[in-house]
Amino acid sequence: MSAELIASRQNDVIEEFALFDEWMDKYEHLIELGKDVPAIDAGRKTDDHLIKGCQSRVWLAADEGEGGTVHFSADSDAIITKGLVGLMVRVLSGADAKAIAEVDLHFLDAIGLHQHLSPTRSNGLASMVQQMRLYAAALAARRA
Amino acid sequence: MSTLPERVRKDFPILAREVHGKPLVYLDNAASAQKPLAVIEGQREYLANYHANIHRGAHHLAQLATEAYESGRSKIAAHINASGTEEIIFTAGSTDAINLVAQAWGRANLTSDDTVLVTHMEHHANIVPWQMICAEKGARVVPVNVLDDGTLDLDDFRKALERHQPKLVGFVHASNTLGTINPVRELTALAKEAGAVTLIDGSQAVPHLAIDVQVIGCDFYVGTGHKAYGPTGIGFLFGRREILEIMPPWRGGGEMIKRVSFDGTTYNGLPHKFEAGTPHISGGIALGIAIDWINGVGVEAITAHETALVQHAHAALGTLPGLRIIGTAPEKVGVVSLVVDGLHPYDLGTLLDGQGFAVRTGHHCTEPLMDHLGLESGTLRMSFAAYTTREEIDRAVIALERAINMLR
Repeated sequence: MSAELIASRQNDVIEEFALFDEWMDKYEHLIELGKDVPAIDAGRKTDDHLIKGCQSRVWLAADEGEGGTVHFSADSDAIITKGLVGLMVRVLSGADAKAIAEVDLHFLDAIGLHQHLSPTRSNGLASMVQQMRLYAAALAARRA
Repeated sequence: MSTLPERVRKDFPILAREVHGKPLVYLDNAASAQKPLAVIEGQREYLANYHANIHRGAHHLAQLATEAYESGRSKIAAHINASGTEEIIFTAGSTDAINLVAQAWGRANLTSDDTVLVTHMEHHANIVPWQMICAEKGARVVPVNVLDDGTLDLDDFRKALERHQPKLVGFVHASNTLGTINPVRELTALAKEAGAVTLIDGSQAVPHLAIDVQVIGCDFYVGTGHKAYGPTGIGFLFGRREILEIMPPWRGGGEMIKRVSFDGTTYNGLPHKFEAGTPHISGGIALGIAIDWINGVGVEAITAHETALVQHAHAALGTLPGLRIIGTAPEKVGVVSLVVDGLHPYDLGTLLDGQGFAVRTGHHCTEPLMDHLGLESGTLRMSFAAYTTREEIDRAVIALERAINMLR
């Protein structure tokens, strides 16, 4: 079921962002998301959980849930990155490890924010997604 | 009389384009400047009409290409007042030029007792090549202090010369992050007095300032093409003839040899001794054209224009609450770095991009400087060129204010 869960969450985000035509409106929304998300326990914002991007820093923690699910929490020191990080967590957290490892993340493309996943943005987001997949893949392999 | 941007903007086709549906305002010139039509056309003309390998072919195209490439070298030599073309080595850029000096001069001259003195405002390109060769030789790289306003600490410079007796002193002519123009003549004289070889990183000076290496008196001076309206992948090393003559070659291969045999190889003369392999021919040609373009406009006119822009930007940005300009040295090239209290430069830069403004954010390849100034997330940097207008700066200030309001 988890692949469907991720797919429906991606569609929700796409619908939510369809309300905004203008580039700046989209970012306004992203900033609001970034301000709201209580993304990670302060105690876990340590170097162990730090993904160092060139410019903005991202913290990511992953926990194993019931039935092979993975729960993520994350944060960033830049608000826009934090908004994006929050979207990632919202789409993937709580899903099945195998589904996360194999996920086709198309929602950033669909809402016109895919450039943030480009390594040249140096915001740590691309490394974070990679970390999420690696963690999920390792857990899925352990359970297989 | 028309302003400088009014005269030159028509030369830059890219300035007419839009970004995210907004007119492009390009304020990332310290990272790379845009190219005038003459440079674009010059490269095209070579590729379309007279491309051939240089220096060896007996045929007509090889001769045309060689002449054009070597004329690029002559233009660089004349532009910085080298005493001859044999003092100009084509490189891939400033980074490549400094690596050449570190690997050729450094390998031959540095020993375990030696110090290479640099400054805290250096670009990584004038730090890491020295760290690499010094690690091999057991030598040390020591930085000179930078004061809070972004000027070099001259007292510390003098003391460091005395204390460390460095074998080489390297410093930027103008800082890419702070804009500070260093007193290169004075620094060179002090370093020479202390018996050191001097290397100046002119990456940010070539596009903005008149340069005379004989007046400065330095041993090495490096520059890059793409920041000076020329192509990427091409730059130069100036070295005084006496020092280049005894400096061993670094890279081996074609072009740099006189005769090769398995019993022993002899090297070519200057400048070819340091230019192994087929070079970036179109780049060398187009860099010469870029220098012609700068001189056609007038380097003094560019300097005056950018000085006025910096003053204007400082005044206009000063009206935004919580904004702090990083680097307020009295003498600056067209670079304005800033931070806004409580806001991440990456967020500000992203929101400027959304409004059509190209700026750079982060540590600008000067991490030690950012650490030194306590700016963990770096700065937002606006940097100017001959085509930058006052109106663009005014609009950037409005766009920045909008970004700040969105983030607060």
